[in-house]
Amino acid sequence: MSAVFDSISRFYSSSIGKKILVALTGAALALFVLGHMIGNLLVFAGPDAINEYGHMLQTALHGGGVWIARIGLLAAVAVHVVATVSLTKANKAARPDAYGQHKAQVSGRSSRIMIWSGLTVLAFIIFHLLHFTIRAGNDFNGAAYKTELHGETVHNVFKMVIDGFSSTPASIFYLIAMALLCSHLSHGFSSLFQTLGISTDKTEPLFKKAGYAFAGLIFAGNAAIVLSIWLFGYGR
Amino acid sequence: MSQLNLHLKVWRQNAGQPGHFQDIDAPDIPDHASFLEMMDIVNERLISKGQEPVAFDHDCREGICGMCSMQINGVPHGPEKATTTCQLHMRKFRTGDTIWIEPFRAKAFPVIKDLVVDRGAFDRIQQAGGFVSVRTGAPQDANALPIGKEIADAAMDAAECIGCGACVAACKNASAMLFVSAKAGQLNLLPQGQPEKDRRTLGMVRQMDKEGFGNCTNQYECEAACPKQISVRWITKLNRDYAVAAVKEAFGNTPKVSGGGD
Repeated sequence: MSAVFDSISRFYSSSIGKKILVALTGAALALFVLGHMIGNLLVFAGPDAINEYGHMLQTALHGGGVWIARIGLLAAVAVHVVATVSLTKANKAARPDAYGQHKAQVSGRSSRIMIWSGLTVLAFIIFHLLHFTIRAGNDFNGAAYKTELHGETVHNVFKMVIDGFSSTPASIFYLIAMALLCSHLSHGFSSLFQTLGISTDKTEPLFKKAGYAFAGLIFAGNAAIVLSIWLFGYGR
Repeated sequence: MSQLNLHLKVWRQNAGQPGHFQDIDAPDIPDHASFLEMMDIVNERLISKGQEPVAFDHDCREGICGMCSMQINGVPHGPEKATTTCQLHMRKFRTGDTIWIEPFRAKAFPVIKDLVVDRGAFDRIQQAGGFVSVRTGAPQDANALPIGKEIADAAMDAAECIGCGACVAACKNASAMLFVSAKAGQLNLLPQGQPEKDRRTLGMVRQMDKEGFGNCTNQYECEAACPKQISVRWITKLNRDYAVAAVKEAFGNTPKVSGGGD
């Protein structure tokens, strides 16, 4: 038993082991981000569609489904962040004396700011959870945000989203965070196939292009919700 | 033949002490000189003026020994693709140019003097598994072990690595993954390397971590800087081989049970 744990702890303490965990949790989080966006786009299908979707998520598996997802996602975020922060610290320590001149020949900006785009997205996740999940500092938990759907009283997700993005500072922060998430995904997507040992000469260019497309799609879909409400007054 | 008038900014440092850039004017450098010959000329002039010459590594001067190093204008081995510093010619520069010359910088490559760094970490990684154990005795028949041409060619590509350390120097994290992956991958690919494959992969990666190199962030600066154009696909293979070896180590039989070997 302890031999297995010894090996697992050795795996985690190794550079490649940590990176594999970052890649696996990154893949899980990227899939979540896609599903989350597709679900949220139901806001354009009208109040009933998104309210029904929200109610379905809340009541799946007798209300347990949402908690399974939350715990899983929080664990993935924790592993992803703790491992990358520790890897980044080791990376900084590996070159204590900076070059007078150091030219990057092939790496893009997104790949060089991963830790900063990542930490900004982490700050955004905390804000986002306080904003729409815990609903702290607003009255989204109040009676004004209840509505009738098929004879049941459900949370009025539609009204909450519309009111949430009627605020200029919140909308701007969401857009900045989505831009950085887009940057993060544009490097992370193809990167995870390399770390998991899957990339080949033939597939690497495809993974790269798919990564850019995926990042662009996530930005476009999420920004569309914010912009259509904040700037163009959808639903207001 | 034309002459170049250059301005050098050269890193000067004694082991264990802080270093600094020294401005050195290098007039009348023949454009057919190699970069190391330019350094030789500069050093001759420093010596004749009674000053300390610049220490730099060199040996074969024909691009195969991996001894020469130097970060030239921010790029290991200078601006030419797939070229070591010794094979870089001064005609690639223009008269009036300022050239920055620095050592390969990494915690795992401590500066010995000026541009000379201790790359012994690479030797210790090799000793941790970068070999195939053979028993002594009569050699086996040639061609007794068939190897496909594709495999042989790929192994040769990895074997081209001269262990110069340009990959570490180019990486923003001073990661040695390209070197380690080429050395491990070359043997892990061939039938002769199979018996020790897992032990080799785990040993070399652990030694790499122990030496204080950084971690790969998949930016491929190493591949761009490599004078032998080693592909980052070797890193893909090392990641895969390491994952398999680590899983086997964690959940497989202990060597005592399985009788050693894998």
